[in-house]
Amino acid sequence: MDAREQRLTSALENGNSHVAPHQPPHDGESAEQIFRRLTERPADLLRFATAGSVDDGKSTLIGRLLYDSKQVLTDQLAHVEQTSERMGHDFLDLSLLTDGLRAEREQGITIDVAYRYFATAQRRFIIADTPGHEQYTRNMVTGASTADLAIVLVDARKGVVAQSKRHAFISSMLGIPHVVVCVNKMDLVDFDEGIFEGIVEEFDAFAARLEMPDVTFIPISALLGDNVVERSENMSWYQGPPLLYHLEHVHIASDRNLIDVRFPVQYVIRPPASTLADYRAYGGQMAGGVLRAGDEVVVLPGGHHTRVAGIDTFSGTIDEAFPPMSVALRLEDDIDISRGSTIVRPQNQPTVSNSFECMLCWMSERPLSSGRRYLVKHTTRTALVGGVDVRYRIDVESLRRDDGATTLEMNDLARVHLQLSAPIVFDSYRRNRVTGSLIVIDEATNETVGAGVILDTEVEEEAEARTERSPNVRWQGTRMTRERRWSSLGHSGATLWFTGLPGAGKSTVAAAVEERLIEAGHPAFLLDGDNLRHGLNGDLGFDERARTENVRRTAHVARLLAESGTIALVSLVSPYAADREAASGLHDLDGLQFLEIFVDAPLELCEERDPKGLYARARAGELEGMTGVGAPYERPAEPDLVLGSHRETVDDEVERVLELLRARGLL
Amino acid sequence: MQQQTYHLPHLRTLEAEAVHVMREVAAEFERPVLLFSGGKDSIVLLRLAEKAFRPAPFPFPIMHVDTGHNFPEAIEFRDRRIEEIGERLIVASVEDSIAAGRVVEQTGPRASRNGLQTVTLLDAIAEHDFDSAFGGARRDEERARAKERILSFRNEFGQWEPQNQRPELWSLYNGRLHKGEHARVFPISNWTELDVWQYIAEEQLEVPSIYFAHDREVFARDGMLYAVSPFMEMMEDEAPFQARVRYRTVGDMSCTGAVESDAATLEQVVAEIAATEVTERGQTRADDRVTEAAMEDRKRQGYF
Repeated sequence: MDAREQRLTSALENGNSHVAPHQPPHDGESAEQIFRRLTERPADLLRFATAGSVDDGKSTLIGRLLYDSKQVLTDQLAHVEQTSERMGHDFLDLSLLTDGLRAEREQGITIDVAYRYFATAQRRFIIADTPGHEQYTRNMVTGASTADLAIVLVDARKGVVAQSKRHAFISSMLGIPHVVVCVNKMDLVDFDEGIFEGIVEEFDAFAARLEMPDVTFIPISALLGDNVVERSENMSWYQGPPLLYHLEHVHIASDRNLIDVRFPVQYVIRPPASTLADYRAYGGQMAGGVLRAGDEVVVLPGGHHTRVAGIDTFSGTIDEAFPPMSVALRLEDDIDISRGSTIVRPQNQPTVSNSFECMLCWMSERPLSSGRRYLVKHTTRTALVGGVDVRYRIDVESLRRDDGATTLEMNDLARVHLQLSAPIVFDSYRRNRVTGSLIVIDEATNETVGAGVILDTEVEEEAEARTERSPNVRWQGTRMTRERRWSSLGHSGATLWFTGLPGAGKSTVAAAVEERLIEAGHPAFLLDGDNLRHGLNGDLGFDERARTENVRRTAHVARLLAESGTIALVSLVSPYAADREAASGLHDLDGLQFLEIFVDAPLELCEERDPKGLYARARAGELEGMTGVGAPYERPAEPDLVLGSHRETVDDEVERVLELLRARGLL
Repeated sequence: MQQQTYHLPHLRTLEAEAVHVMREVAAEFERPVLLFSGGKDSIVLLRLAEKAFRPAPFPFPIMHVDTGHNFPEAIEFRDRRIEEIGERLIVASVEDSIAAGRVVEQTGPRASRNGLQTVTLLDAIAEHDFDSAFGGARRDEERARAKERILSFRNEFGQWEPQNQRPELWSLYNGRLHKGEHARVFPISNWTELDVWQYIAEEQLEVPSIYFAHDREVFARDGMLYAVSPFMEMMEDEAPFQARVRYRTVGDMSCTGAVESDAATLEQVVAEIAATEVTERGQTRADDRVTEAAMEDRKRQGYF
């Protein structure tokens, strides 16, 4: 047994002494209390897909997540122990927790999509565990199609390989809103920061050419558990959260489309006249937007106008429906509606056409052939394919286009033009993952042979024109506009983020800076946390989730102000490091400066000042979860500036902020 | 003023997806059937069917594969529940398959009719010409099930081919079949055991009394407790005793073990499941213990 295995064995042995349950009971908790805890705080659901090449350690990572988050039960663990021993390992092979089918255990690889479930106090998780090797790319597309987040595994020793690029491309093509790149096996490269940074750079260079709104990098060792559930002690240079923390906190609520009402009709509910005469409702699942009783609607593709008479569920009539609810709609007028119709709002209509462009992933061993008959299934409609025109095939490693391609083989990704026998009602996939996706079925074999995402043709063509000019650079459109705007105005925008305990003096100094900037002719605007809570954030409370959302919204407003050429001054307690990082990341993504200013006054001093009497109320037990008293404040690790020393006057502090602005080229 | 945040809790999200699956199958298949055992998962399926199709009747009948070795409490519950919801029940009987010589009864203390059900099930599907069958299987139950699609194909011999599954993307289900093939449909694939119990509690669904703690005459075998019943021979070294137990799964009396428990209410059952240290099948199902790939092998042959 080498040193590495010894460490693992002892780590796992220490863990073995207690294998805890799904939702471990707290001390002295009664059955009724456990029940209430589980039901009164309903969790939300995060689906994530994992991808990696053979031997990247994907199954081990999932095994580790389940094991360290105490989701592995004793009989499962006993099975892993016995099998590990029989296979001659002297460590616990955590991949055995997920490699389910007999052939996989024999070959030691994962051959199909497997679904795993686990829960923490924050969230319920569904993992789609997909194989990485090339011949099963179709499975990754399958697993990724419903994912909120993708984990791409990169072997620290090998760096970004062809498969990593394929996975990044598929995640981008399938519109997964969040991507986490786990650089695994850091233990085998001595936890070297330089190697990690090199991989980050290499991946970024590739991802810059794709549409990837949110990419996070985490250095891990799945085998040893570093940065999976617990923070690594071997990589103190890494400031971010471990993987599980990120999965628990990544913001997914705004990933849904609540704007465009889309209701594909699945099934007509009509009881026999003898039991309930004249009842007729349309069953379906909300694919977008918020629909209310009384709303005027149009039924496509027919185009008939009517109103929603009522929204029915088994438990009764409800006022409004939103994704992903399954409901039954009653309409005011008796018009011809059947499966395949889509109900939308008159002012916001999708495209109705039998001809469109899409990105297609071919999933069959039998190549695309003009001699075969294909069907397209899209929402609740199925139509015959009249013609497929392959525009180009994409080499996902180089992102080069092969314009000469005329057919498609298993695992090929291509842009195609589809002509159908009947119109469908669609949006671009980027706008709506339900009304923008389709599958292709071979009519003779009934196999699912392709998966397509519909492109927004106008936007795409514009983007193409840009990539042709400089294929290695991220979209420059807004940055050009920004430069023109800022140079014409003569000002640059940025965000100054003042964080610290309540009563630390954030607002006082921020307001003084605002005054000085305006007097000097530079647009500046103070976003005060308290003021925002009266309006924009008026619906939010003070629990962890609400605080995160408060920070997120404020960060977006600040970003818009900065973009406009204003210095946005944010004065917000913002106690969680991850939330501030997210706010900073939002600016980074757009190339905007984000300066974190830590107003570091001691708690005693803040409490003594207590300008709003909050501390007094918290100490009296009237205010729950107040930062500094009943809730934690996570100190910034590397702020751009630290204020709050009681030896400095407000004027001194303002001067130091202005100095910082000058140093960063903003004044 | 509290603003609406349009947040659907995870149980309601799972419910909405399951209702979507049921409506898709009802719309695209000609002759579906819903398999009902009287167990907790199929009790949830019945409620989901009500959510999908009421106030209309279900567009399919309900079928129970009766091994003749069921718990009397489960059969009594089955008949009462079916009567309450006013739908049609078909009973396919393993006794009949034995009488017709389709299968041969095992003998001895370890005899079980569990494996025989597969033949009865496939025969009934063929006899009624069903092209799709809803089942209450969940992916968290077992490693082979973790890899099965929601719409899972069975060839003309009723068999599952794990290497040859159709890709299943988004919520687009390809329900096209050739003559003789059928599909098994698992609307609660993505639910966990805890989800099922929490849902039963939220919906206030009735379940057979054997799910709650009761006093029963049992004997111990292979680390499990079995009910003393005419369907199971005790071995020489096995002796009956009284214990306070409940069942986590409801299958045959010959292959379903009881767990010692004091959980007498839904709240207590949810709390017990939340705090359990053993999986449901590992604790109570002898049928999965036979070989390491027991479930995979039975599924390939056409089991539920």
